[in-house]
Amino acid sequence: MNRAAETTARATGRDGLRVHARLDHRDVDLDLDLEPGQVLAVLGPNGAGKSTLLSLIAGLVRPDRGRVELEGRVLTDTASGEFVPAHARGVAMLSQQALLFPHLSVAENVAFAPRSRGETRSAARGIADRWLHEVEADELASRRPTQLSGGQAQRVAIARALAADPRLLLLDEPMAALDVGSAPAVRRLLRRILREERRTAVLVTHDLLDALALADRVIVLESGRIVERGSVREVLTSPRSAFAARMAGVNLVSGTIEEQGILRTSWGTTLSGIGEAAVGSDAVALFRPGAVAVHLEPPPHASPRNVIAVTIAELDVHGATVRVRGVDHPDGSTGPAADVTAAAVADLDLAPGQHVYFVVKTQEMELHPALAPTAPARPTDN
Amino acid sequence: MTPLGVLRTVTRSRGPGGEVAVGLPRWVYLPALLGACFVILPLVAMLLEIDWAHFVPLVTSESSRAALLLSMKTATASTVLCVLVGVPMALVLARSSFPGQSVLRSLVLLPLVLPPVVGGIALLYTFGRQGLLGHQLEAFGIRIAFTTTAVVLAQTFVALPFLVVSLEGALRTAGRRYETVAATLGARPTTVLRRVTLPLVLPGLISGAVLAFARSLGEFGATLTFAGSLQGVTRTLPLEIYLQRETDPEAAVALSLLLVLVAALIVIGTSRRRSGGVL
Amino acid sequence: MTRSSRAMRIGPTAAALAALAAATLVAGCSSSDSTPAGDTTTSAAASPVTGDITVFAAASLKKTFTELGEKFEAEHPGTNVEFSFAGSSDLVAQLSQGAPADVFASADTKNMTKAVDAGLTAAAPVNFATNTLTIVTPPGNPRHIATFADLANPGNQVVVCAPQVPCGAATQKIEEATGTDITPVSEEASVTDVLGKVTSGQADAGLVYVTDAAGAGAAVTTVPFPESSGAVNTYPIAELKSSENSPVAAEFVELVTGPTGRQVLAGAGFAAP
Repeated sequence: MNRAAETTARATGRDGLRVHARLDHRDVDLDLDLEPGQVLAVLGPNGAGKSTLLSLIAGLVRPDRGRVELEGRVLTDTASGEFVPAHARGVAMLSQQALLFPHLSVAENVAFAPRSRGETRSAARGIADRWLHEVEADELASRRPTQLSGGQAQRVAIARALAADPRLLLLDEPMAALDVGSAPAVRRLLRRILREERRTAVLVTHDLLDALALADRVIVLESGRIVERGSVREVLTSPRSAFAARMAGVNLVSGTIEEQGILRTSWGTTLSGIGEAAVGSDAVALFRPGAVAVHLEPPPHASPRNVIAVTIAELDVHGATVRVRGVDHPDGSTGPAADVTAAAVADLDLAPGQHVYFVVKTQEMELHPALAPTAPARPTDN
Repeated sequence: MTPLGVLRTVTRSRGPGGEVAVGLPRWVYLPALLGACFVILPLVAMLLEIDWAHFVPLVTSESSRAALLLSMKTATASTVLCVLVGVPMALVLARSSFPGQSVLRSLVLLPLVLPPVVGGIALLYTFGRQGLLGHQLEAFGIRIAFTTTAVVLAQTFVALPFLVVSLEGALRTAGRRYETVAATLGARPTTVLRRVTLPLVLPGLISGAVLAFARSLGEFGATLTFAGSLQGVTRTLPLEIYLQRETDPEAAVALSLLLVLVAALIVIGTSRRRSGGVL
Repeated sequence: MTRSSRAMRIGPTAAALAALAAATLVAGCSSSDSTPAGDTTTSAAASPVTGDITVFAAASLKKTFTELGEKFEAEHPGTNVEFSFAGSSDLVAQLSQGAPADVFASADTKNMTKAVDAGLTAAAPVNFATNTLTIVTPPGNPRHIATFADLANPGNQVVVCAPQVPCGAATQKIEEATGTDITPVSEEASVTDVLGKVTSGQADAGLVYVTDAAGAGAAVTTVPFPESSGAVNTYPIAELKSSENSPVAAEFVELVTGPTGRQVLAGAGFAAP
């Protein structure tokens, strides 16, 4: 499994976070920059390498080749052999489980980092009290971690991490283990702390809400590679990767531009749309589920439109609308989805297995250039 | 009533409600009871043999007191030594990985398998007057054989594996998650060890230390071979019992009971409010 | 246990016949009562005795008795002598708890007396050997120990038996008689352990039996001392009541106490009783 040499450094974000690293045995090859004060959301399917990225930044994992810099300070550099140990990096981590030290009280937990720095017991206690107040958990100070609920524990964990005065915060799906009732409150707290205090942070998440509420920029990881990057708005309104599209609830079909305004898929279907993709280039066609009309028979040509033959895979109810999803495309990508009213479903008597036609106006289909081609996909190992 | 019927009656839930034991089929009680009897009946037999009229004078004689005091002193010293050396060993075995680690672990457990007399002989070849290290030490005027130090060394040798195994198991079970968190919060490795690792495995450490102490208290073969037997210097309680057998079997039984009592007190005393660990 | 026989009022011939029949029955039965005390007759020609016996003997008798056992089995084909060697007090304890044995040979009179008092013996014990102490040192006698008084020299590391065991009692006796006060570095519970400390080079000198020194050969240097005659250890042997093969047991005791036994024992260093 010998691979090519490391990629070259970028010149942007000199004072923020810079990571490029490759780790062969986890099949990870990453290259990213983050401006100070910005929050980066990391999206991607399971096993894509998101936790590995955090571990590389935190100093818990050494890359085979690579370099990690934070605020101009080199944390990891395989070329020179430099490696700053985890405890000296100024990088604090928050995970799904709060992992509060069970043998210490809440206040002692929050005071842990200041005490480790060398602060006196009373000074550390003062810092702990301040942060407990910030996360609105003052009354929990003398409790034991086992006496806290999930949401309370996560608040305390946030206070504990902030009491370490970190230069960078790493959050690994912090809301994932919380119940529906506690998650919003913790999300609000994080928003306040991250956005209002202009903290630099990397946030791994499955949840769209997290990205929307907390992040400035987004990267999408698939099979250990970054397949898409941009601002939150860009990625979610015009996703280029299948994962981002799925997250954003947008239909995405890949192919090549055959002629101006026409995209041909790898299985021969042609789609016509609007957009600025160059002829001969790889491109993606995007269309919203709401822009799709479902017909039982292919309608005769009237205005410019796309007619896609679809076998229904499943029907999902989303409030007042029903999302009709077709079986996956021949190239394995997620099948197209159409949003129709419940009445329409009843009228057309739609059911899984049925053959229907999705009709999308050319005006509603956007053609965008695909992202720069990455290394061929490899089987992911968790 | 059939035996199973008796069991059923005994184990039927009566009285106030509470948790129901799951995964404990009724027939398990029978072999468990047999095992308990196997261990307890010899103790009972010993108790019945005791000449209670003479018990107190027998165990408070000068030689008995000297032996008991020596046993307590040496067992405590060897337990301390086991902790000082065994905790680092357990940490290295549980937390690091290097080639040949499994071989090292097997070697560390060797004293568990060796007959204690063989252990004593091995110690003799190492620390005896003509031994590997003993030879060099003699040059400095340091003599180990026939001293209380020899007793402590013999006890440490046989008791160390108990502490290492017990603690290593506890460390592996505890995992590294908390240590990772502590490190990212800025705690240096020594601080992590002091404030996170050791407090979390304290039950395992204590039970390992108690095991080591109990083993040291009962140690006989290695002490006899390596340290010799002299009242107040090297004649621990087991050695005193061995000698008393020659002339006064009653004294031997009385002293044996004393040893059992001391060991039981230690074990019960340290097992009270702990959860987790072997004991 | 002796069966008490009641006199029967029958004719003299019938009585004689009955007695003969009874004697034959007794001789033929495998599990018989032991013969009355003091009856160990031998005929000029070795009487045909067969069967197995178990002999409990003190540890210091191991070599000599093993040899005597082989001689006995050669002289009396069809017999088998099993030995159990251990400390004399251990053996007495086992016999008191009911361990089956036919003969007991002790390393001192004290333990044999215990056995007699406990009613374990079938006949009066017979002394068959004596043993005295001697000084042993590592080969070459590095500390140049020449007399018993040298053992009291504080520069010497001396190992002795504890007073509770026979060799230790003997040591103490000589100490008192000569007015010497040895401060040993260790008081072992068995003479084998004392010898072991000397042969391994741990001790400068040790007090063991002459037979132990002889048995150790070149592993030690022996330093005899005249005061040793002040504490003589006598070895008694006796047949046991629990014996199930009294004739063979009696024969074995005969062998040990007779000229063959004396010869073998003398060869190992034992003195005559």
